[in-house]
Amino acid sequence: MSAPARPESLALLDKFVAALAARGLVTEQEIAERQASTDRASPEIGARMVARAWLDDSYRRLLLTNGAAAAERMGVSMAGAPPLGVLENRPGLHHLVVCTLCSCYPRAVLGYPPHWYKSFEYRARAVREPRAVLAEWGTALPPGTQVRVVDSTADYRWMVLPMRPAGTEGWSEDQLTAIVTRDALVGVALPQLPVAAAAE
Amino acid sequence: MSDAPTDARPIGIHDLGGASRYRCSPVERDEAPPDEFGKRVDAIRQILAQKGLMTVDELRRGIESIPEAEYFALTYYERWLTSISTIMVEKGVIPAEELR
Amino acid sequence: MSAAFAPGTRIRVKDDWPERRGPCHIRTPHYLRGREGVIQAVLGEFPNPEDLAFARPAPRRPLYHVLFEQPPVWAEGESGDSLLVEIFEHWLEPATPSQEAA
Repeated sequence: MSAPARPESLALLDKFVAALAARGLVTEQEIAERQASTDRASPEIGARMVARAWLDDSYRRLLLTNGAAAAERMGVSMAGAPPLGVLENRPGLHHLVVCTLCSCYPRAVLGYPPHWYKSFEYRARAVREPRAVLAEWGTALPPGTQVRVVDSTADYRWMVLPMRPAGTEGWSEDQLTAIVTRDALVGVALPQLPVAAAAE
Repeated sequence: MSDAPTDARPIGIHDLGGASRYRCSPVERDEAPPDEFGKRVDAIRQILAQKGLMTVDELRRGIESIPEAEYFALTYYERWLTSISTIMVEKGVIPAEELR
Repeated sequence: MSAAFAPGTRIRVKDDWPERRGPCHIRTPHYLRGREGVIQAVLGEFPNPEDLAFARPAPRRPLYHVLFEQPPVWAEGESGDSLLVEIFEHWLEPATPSQEAA
């Protein structure tokens, strides 16, 4: 569980902001605007990119060769953001993203990283026992699938392009977007059909 | 291979890949977004970078320099705040006295 | 500065520990130092984070995506599983058959 900040940290933050503000380096308005724009990024952006790639092969090729341009097509401003790399799962190969050194994450298209992604446990274990981590998520890969762990160590940020599940033929972009979760975009899970649809 | 730091292989505290001490700990699936404190620290970090006052690399270096006992006692965004406030002092942007 | 290694080239990550020499900021994870892998892609050139971290002038360096087999790194795991990691050129050297045999 992510613990709350201690009182002394809250006090330090206030003093830090006051010291910066006194020199004209930040204003409360700038902080509020920056926070609001950061809050706007969410995994739905990445999910929609995946859904579109499933439906439109030219978009899929763009996504795999220039993730930032593909994000821009969704109306995301990538100015100043790190380059976005997208790794395609295919039969026999599954990607799982981790940052063992810190918490690099494709925030422009997925929003804030969840606490677990930043946890010491995930960072230590995903790179060494990825199959045990996948099992904790209840993720069963088809037999014969190789796991490729992507340790995000440098200037790129990485997102997974999962395989489109069977049973989604004829689905709209909105319907497909709804089954692509943040966990599937990191690679700890696979897109799942809703129970009702799977039963049909 | 051994993943324990030694004199010959002085592994940084942040360099966590494979660390044995977490082998038996499940990943806690906390999905909550950052709290207000975290979001505020995050936003300030971005503003400082945008204004050319510090890079993300300096943020990381600052986090990695936190002494081990403190590193593990602090929350994620407390480590960020420790790093960015230390670096702003180090670079002479703000005086240390104002943070005391 | 152009990339010295083409995709498909077998390389070794330098078994170097700048951590011994004083304050540093290294983006090459400890578990890959001294390991052999194969260049998967040239990702471009980026300012050296080892300099950026100390606000020093940072020359641009080629960055690669390098593929490693997972079991040799940890002496465990499933054959065929792999690790794909961004590594800067100054951390790579050609893998030579003689060293591989040693």
